[in-house]
Amino acid sequence: MTNVKSFMARQDILALLILAAVLFVVMPMSMDIFRLNLFGKYLTYAFVAIGLVLCWGKGGILSLGQGVFFGLGGYCMAMYLKLESSTPEATAIQSTPGIPDFMDWNQITELPWFWEPFNSLTFTLVAILVVPALFAFVIGAAMFKRRVGGVYFAIITQAIAAILTILIIGQQGYTGGVNGITDLRTLKGWDIRTDEAKYILYYVNGALLIGVLVLCQFVLQSKLGRLLVALRDKEDRVRFSGYDVANFKIFVFCFAAVLSAIGGAMFTLQVGFMSPSFVGIVPSIEMVIFCAVGGRLSIFGAVYGTLLVNWAKTTFSETFPELWLFGLGALFIAVVLVFPNGLSGLYRSYLAPHVDRWIFRKPPAGGFTGAGPLDTPAFEPEPAARPAE
Amino acid sequence: MNTVTNNTDFLLAIENLTVSFDGFKAVNDLNLYVDENEIHVIIGPNGAGKTTVLDLICGRTKATDGSIKFRNRELTEMREHEIVREGVGRKFQNPSIYEDLTVFENLEISFPRGRSVFGALAFKRDAEVIDRVHEIAAMVFLKELLDTQAAFLSHGQKQWLEIGMLLIQDPELLMLDEPVAGMSVSERKQTAKLLNEITKGRSVMVVEHDMKFVEDIAHRVTVLHQGKILSEGSMAKVQADPKVIDVYLGH
Ligand SMILES: Nc1ncnc2c1ncn2[C@@H]1O[C@H](COP(=O)(O)OP(=O)(O)O)[C@@H](O)[C@H]1O
Ligand SMILES: [Mg+2]
Repeated sequence: MTNVKSFMARQDILALLILAAVLFVVMPMSMDIFRLNLFGKYLTYAFVAIGLVLCWGKGGILSLGQGVFFGLGGYCMAMYLKLESSTPEATAIQSTPGIPDFMDWNQITELPWFWEPFNSLTFTLVAILVVPALFAFVIGAAMFKRRVGGVYFAIITQAIAAILTILIIGQQGYTGGVNGITDLRTLKGWDIRTDEAKYILYYVNGALLIGVLVLCQFVLQSKLGRLLVALRDKEDRVRFSGYDVANFKIFVFCFAAVLSAIGGAMFTLQVGFMSPSFVGIVPSIEMVIFCAVGGRLSIFGAVYGTLLVNWAKTTFSETFPELWLFGLGALFIAVVLVFPNGLSGLYRSYLAPHVDRWIFRKPPAGGFTGAGPLDTPAFEPEPAARPAE
Repeated sequence: MNTVTNNTDFLLAIENLTVSFDGFKAVNDLNLYVDENEIHVIIGPNGAGKTTVLDLICGRTKATDGSIKFRNRELTEMREHEIVREGVGRKFQNPSIYEDLTVFENLEISFPRGRSVFGALAFKRDAEVIDRVHEIAAMVFLKELLDTQAAFLSHGQKQWLEIGMLLIQDPELLMLDEPVAGMSVSERKQTAKLLNEITKGRSVMVVEHDMKFVEDIAHRVTVLHQGKILSEGSMAKVQADPKVIDVYLGH
């Protein structure tokens, strides 16, 4: 019985080790810093996709507005970096030195009150986590306590993404408008634009991603993880088993929001700017596609799906820019119709049994494994659930 | 019909309960009492309001008027999960289980511990949980299937699993909506035996159509018709009631 447990744990550890090897060894060795930085950017979307696995894949709550949280995290980071690079000396030519350049262009003569705290790095780091969590909490509480779900929830999140984009673009003097917050230079005096900084940020990003995956694995292995699946399946049964369903939905929505925000903050650091084009409807939907392609039930699948789609996007949109959107749409339809569990579903069906045999020298665990008739992946059966074999 | 008292010795006392859906009174000024350790069966033609009564008790539907007291505590003001925590369990008409989870996991989720978000994160599958799951699984004839994904159970087994998911909560009042619908004859017999067994130390309200099954289990029968009580009493008394024969049994 114990070996079953260690087997399952080993499979997850294996997935984690392979991903770590890809991120920390294979990619840095096979790419120049320009490409590596590009993949680092893709990986920041993976945070969003992982959040969607928990929220949508497991919990059945489809949010089409995750760009909002990605953006909130990214903007918090960008505000700090912008203030740091807007010293009175650096901005001496402005009519009001010491404030961000775009404010000056918009005839703003004083730093707005909500920018003030972003002079502190500690505040900024806390805000990156807390602001999106609070915002998600407010949305979640308003929606889930009223039992708004399914398509209505998806539409509302989409509307919020649209509204926030319009707000950011409209309030140019406070947000940098459609250009976003650009020309970010240093973090506590450390120039983030150098190749060396880009390497370091890439590794920090990778380490954070691995940390997030471990955290998600913990959540999914807990009873809460199984409750999410139960909720997706039979919400009323969960409610009439004594759970306050709304609280679980709010939790997972906030959790996904925080992960997205971490991705957003890392995006700003690695790419050097943040703009509303990462907040709105299109990026939000793209992020759902990353998750779907990777397999919306697998947190590891979501990472590979994100990398694959973005790599394809870059490749194709360099060659056939006008065709990319059609390609993306076709990909999404194909995923939904042909392989609903994405890459990870294919892996589970075709490769996992062999991996189990070759690496672990074990026959596939008894009972239910791999894709069943419903094409759902095995939800790790725990040893206690097994009668002695 | 019944004398209306304020504090009752009944486990469940429903008084003057009315619910109206856009003016249509699905349950109309209903008084109904359930004793401790009683199997109380509600029968009646389709659309009589049987399911609606269960919905009202468990908080799924809000009453327009009237009161539902469980151990003299008013249920109509509570939220669904609070009613469950008071000790009221409810099985739905269609088997309502988590198809993607195993039988073990279905039962485990229903185990009454770690029901808050952080409680669920910290929940440990300890010996108490495992023993209890095994005990309940044995009761509902699913001992050999603990590791099976629930989607692969037969219809009857799904019904049993849902009953097991309620039993593991150890409710004082168990409400079952058509528990043997779609079951084979032998499964019905097993279910009747199960119900007689689980009623020790708790009350059970059953909505059922199968008269043979009702005869096997009922201590008391209430016949519902157009949201009102048509007749109440022992199975023999109800079956002999001309009003009942007229609207229901005669068909
Ligand atoms: N939520 C609802 N909205 C409107 N009408 C309802 C609702 N629930 C039940 N009804 C109506 O109330 C009546 C009783 O339904 P129900 O309790 O399901 O009957 P049954 O005795 O067959 O279980 C039916 O006419 C049904 O159409
Ligand atoms: Mg009914």
